[in-house]
Amino acid sequence: MSTATRTPSRAENPAPAAPRTDGRPGVPFGRLLRVELRKLLDTRAGRWLGIVTAGIAVVAVVAFLVWGEAADATYAGLLGIATLPLVMLLPILGIMTATAEWSQRTGLVTFALEPHRGRVVLAKLVAAVVLGLGVVAAAALAVALAHLVGSGARDLPTAWEVPAATALGLVLALTIYLVQGVAFGLVFLNTPVAIVASLLLPTVFSIVTSLVDGFEKVAAWLDLSLVTEPLTEGTMAGQDWAHLATAALVWIGVPLGVGTWRVLTKEIA
Amino acid sequence: MIQIENLTKRYGRVAAVDGVTFSVPAGSVTGFLGPNGAGKSTVMRMLTGLTPPTSGRATVLGKDYRDLVNPGSRVGVMLDASAQHPGRTGREALTLAALTVGVPRTRVDDVLRLVGLTDDEAGRRVRTYSLGMRQRLGLAGAFLGEPEVLVLDEPANGLDPQGIHWMRTLLRDFADRGGAVLLSSHLLHEVQAVADDIVVIGRGRIVAQGSMAELVAGSGSRARSEDDGALAVALEAAGHTATLTPDGVVVDVEPADLGRVALAAGIVVTDLRPHGSQGLEELFLRLTADDSREVAA
Repeated sequence: MSTATRTPSRAENPAPAAPRTDGRPGVPFGRLLRVELRKLLDTRAGRWLGIVTAGIAVVAVVAFLVWGEAADATYAGLLGIATLPLVMLLPILGIMTATAEWSQRTGLVTFALEPHRGRVVLAKLVAAVVLGLGVVAAAALAVALAHLVGSGARDLPTAWEVPAATALGLVLALTIYLVQGVAFGLVFLNTPVAIVASLLLPTVFSIVTSLVDGFEKVAAWLDLSLVTEPLTEGTMAGQDWAHLATAALVWIGVPLGVGTWRVLTKEIA
Repeated sequence: MIQIENLTKRYGRVAAVDGVTFSVPAGSVTGFLGPNGAGKSTVMRMLTGLTPPTSGRATVLGKDYRDLVNPGSRVGVMLDASAQHPGRTGREALTLAALTVGVPRTRVDDVLRLVGLTDDEAGRRVRTYSLGMRQRLGLAGAFLGEPEVLVLDEPANGLDPQGIHWMRTLLRDFADRGGAVLLSSHLLHEVQAVADDIVVIGRGRIVAQGSMAELVAGSGSRARSEDDGALAVALEAAGHTATLTPDGVVVDVEPADLGRVALAAGIVVTDLRPHGSQGLEELFLRLTADDSREVAA
């Protein structure tokens, strides 16, 4: 067994294996990103989340094609339906990437291999967004197929127009919800608590602001579900962007900041 | 290769680690001994940058752990064999580490073979692993980046006697090639056969340290004979302090001296061996006993 003899002394084989002692401490970012992407998909939880998301989207589209108004079965209309489950499930993907190191204690390995935890957090954030965009792209393709089949079956003309503003708005909105999931995961570092909080807190906020007089104005600036409405409808105008920015700051910026600080300072045990 | 200077960690007013200083030179295995909760793991976490120390400093290969370039290729770390995602296979856990450290995938097969996990076992989810298999997986992860230093927390925990023997050979071999090993244990006998140096910690403080030879190899011996009672009497008569135990007679003289007394007394000795000086074992038992008393109180 040659492996046992390959162990430490660098002096024995200095040329190829000599350790790089120069350069930036830690691990190159590309490697961290690749690992975090892989971690999102290599467990049952991650895989099933993808399968369930895809399944719900397919069921929704098929149901709409069968029972929906034929006039509404345009590509844009179907896309809107297919992305509904994504809004619910992508944040959970974000939460899971952030919390796994604590709920499964793999942080002991991850942060021993890369002690610069901020870089791991960034890699998780980017990995979640990359995967999220991949899911959206896959959904767009699947919906295109459904539209083609559906129109053919019902002998209707295909309608492919999706305004660029709507498409970009949809992608941006999904990314926002995904990053919010990562941020909530980082704050709580506990999967169930983070999921419940990310579902409950915005809802409670919406209810409170709709019940209390005078809070509608506040809600217009801070309610994430309200400010993303024009985004997904492709009707963003001047002040909508300001609304989006303030709401994103409160629901993403703040938890992301607090969460990152927690990860950087928390003891890994 | 590991330097720990006056390392201290306080939680509120409690000092979990209090002014710990020791070093692990190249080519040696240092056993880090102490009862559970003595602060061993905290020292190791501070050493590997997972816990910030309150004061003091720990360096590996002359640097703070955080300042190492690609630390996984310099230092092999296993702090808790159970800290693996139960839903991943052993091979997948190692593949993730290999991708992070930047070693080829073939290295995963190398270390799996090194620790004796079969392809079939490596393909199973960690959830189904025994503690011994998790320890082997953890060791595989530590060896993955062909490191110069190993930091292992309780690596023998859960291994069967053969496994412990195998691990000793593995670590001895690693050290003999110039590596440095720091391994912790709460059981003296686990490290006795492999460690060159011993650091004993109790309640966050170092209570004993030195080479294994100094601390363990004493002047005592233990013998079994056809008549232990008569042997003990003969030894007492010769002016030694002998103790009759179920495992034979323990006496505070070299085996040769014991043999001479037995010869003179005409007693057939069936087993004669050096017996570790009571010092370290007693110290260790006292530490453990102190803690168990506290738990009881």
